[in-house]
Amino acid sequence: MDALHDHKAQKLEEIANLIRQDVIRSLVAAGSGHSAGPLGMADVFTALYFHILRHNPDKPLWSERDRLILSNGHICPVLYATLARAGYFPVLELKTLRKLHSRLQGHPHRGSLPGIETTSGPLGSGLSQAIGFALAGRMDKKKYRTYCLMSDAEHQEGNVWEAAMFAGKERLSNLTAVIDRNNIQIDGFTENVMPLEPLRAKYESFNWHVIDANGHDFYSIISSIAEAETIYEKPTVVIMHTIPGKGVDYMEQDYRWHGTPPGVSNISGEPPKEEQARIALRELRTLNGKIHSEHQ
Amino acid sequence: MLSKQAKLSSRIFEKDVEERPTRDGYGEGLILAGEADPNVVALSADLTESTRTEGFARKFPGRFIEVGVAEQNMAAIASGLGVCGKIPFISSYATFSPGRNWEQIRTTISYNDSNVKIAGHHAGISVGPDGATHQAVEDIATMRVMANMKVIVPCDAVEAKKATMAVAKVWGPVYLRFGREKSPICTTEETPFVPGKAEVFWHPRDNGKPSVVIVACGQLVYQALVAAQDLESEDIPVVVINSHTVKPLDEETIISWAKKAGAVVTVEEHQVLGGLGGAVAEALAKNYPVPMEFIGMQNVFGESGPASALLSLYCMDAKAIASAVKRVLRRKR
Repeated sequence: MDALHDHKAQKLEEIANLIRQDVIRSLVAAGSGHSAGPLGMADVFTALYFHILRHNPDKPLWSERDRLILSNGHICPVLYATLARAGYFPVLELKTLRKLHSRLQGHPHRGSLPGIETTSGPLGSGLSQAIGFALAGRMDKKKYRTYCLMSDAEHQEGNVWEAAMFAGKERLSNLTAVIDRNNIQIDGFTENVMPLEPLRAKYESFNWHVIDANGHDFYSIISSIAEAETIYEKPTVVIMHTIPGKGVDYMEQDYRWHGTPPGVSNISGEPPKEEQARIALRELRTLNGKIHSEHQ
Repeated sequence: MLSKQAKLSSRIFEKDVEERPTRDGYGEGLILAGEADPNVVALSADLTESTRTEGFARKFPGRFIEVGVAEQNMAAIASGLGVCGKIPFISSYATFSPGRNWEQIRTTISYNDSNVKIAGHHAGISVGPDGATHQAVEDIATMRVMANMKVIVPCDAVEAKKATMAVAKVWGPVYLRFGREKSPICTTEETPFVPGKAEVFWHPRDNGKPSVVIVACGQLVYQALVAAQDLESEDIPVVVINSHTVKPLDEETIISWAKKAGAVVTVEEHQVLGGLGGAVAEALAKNYPVPMEFIGMQNVFGESGPASALLSLYCMDAKAIASAVKRVLRRKR
């Protein structure tokens, strides 16, 4: 992949900001869905689809494309918004999220929308599916790389460790897992609900190369994935440290926004539900006060 | 009498009838499917020999994947392979796959429409000494209920080979069910086998009118044929249908015979809830309801013991089938 420079980084930041607004608008239109994860991963999705992945929105089934498997399907609003901004389908269609006859199902479904590589939602099985893609690529001597985006809390599922063990055994260096380490899940903070640490040591002991990265710094995101491409003897996992709800002040770091969209319920200490969407969009348009015109 | 069109084994009712486990047919069919199509790959969860995947693994080592004791991982890896153009066959005991990995099969294979073939071995109580933990008697129901999924239960090793080869050419998820113990070979290489098409294996002499239709699948097709012969000697004419494809059920064949006979007995080595019996009952209830009896596990778990003794104990042998035919006859109006 190309090296990142400041102008491109700024461009990526602008795209990520648009994608965050798309996420809020589509969630508000849907009236249900997950907020925190999609906002937290917007920078990572932007880096992947606008800098890292080899893909062609005009040819979603191009055989040489890199494959992106979203294991934690519930953050699909950010996948949909990113695919739309990348040109896979009209941005206007984002408003149909979760509605009857929409191609934007509540959790992603392969075949219903261009750019969706697999069906996911039930947690813990995306890494296994990604292994299938990576194995097929290796058997067919294809050069594509497979990326599996996972949540941190889904590592409480046993299936994840079956997959981690297998990828380590098979030395699947064409596979890169990216964990959204945002420390929250529906019932609270991961380390209270069911501790995951030491995550790095766990993966290292399963024979993976492990990188920690800052999921809101495009240089960090992109250099971590670039490093993964240079590791030939084992699969790589990037523990991507993110802030859940990133970009919307009242949502950041608050697990109560894991599975709730803006505008649906009053949450103690948060803006009233009638105000939530407006405040979120205002903050995003101005990058939380850093810029003053949404056209900037 | 045995159907001539079915071209069944001439030794079927002899004492020295050839016996082989249906899983052997799977192993042979898998190699042939692998020879016919380089995209066929096989996965095993630490049961390569007993699921008869060993021959394929030796012949095509680059297309064999050992996942260890991890059936959930096996199913979802196969899903990814299937989406990428491979034709993965996954094998384990049916209690584990599709037992333990049901959700992975549902989401990543069935709903995802990935071209994966699921081979459930050691199905039914004829597994024998291993006991109820290893005797899958729910798998037809749990696979049949999934949209997109097809279900095939071969009656003997020869049909198992044909079914395995055939499903490699059928797009989409398929569940194949096999037994552990030797069972009599009813069919020959010439016996017709088309997925989705039930075959009449036995019909009344001189094309007479049947009193009862027996719809069977799996190794109990043999028991149904033995029962049919015994019933013939008592002047009770029956038809025996080998409904190897439980889904999609060959409703046309089954309904047309139900109309002629007016009574049906279903026979399967499976719970009577939700399996072949359930499928036939659903089809008849919608189209032509007739009195039915259900041979199978009557809402109980099995136990350890020799296969033949278990089939008798749980009323699934020829004698029990003949009794069920007489019961259903008494219920005919």
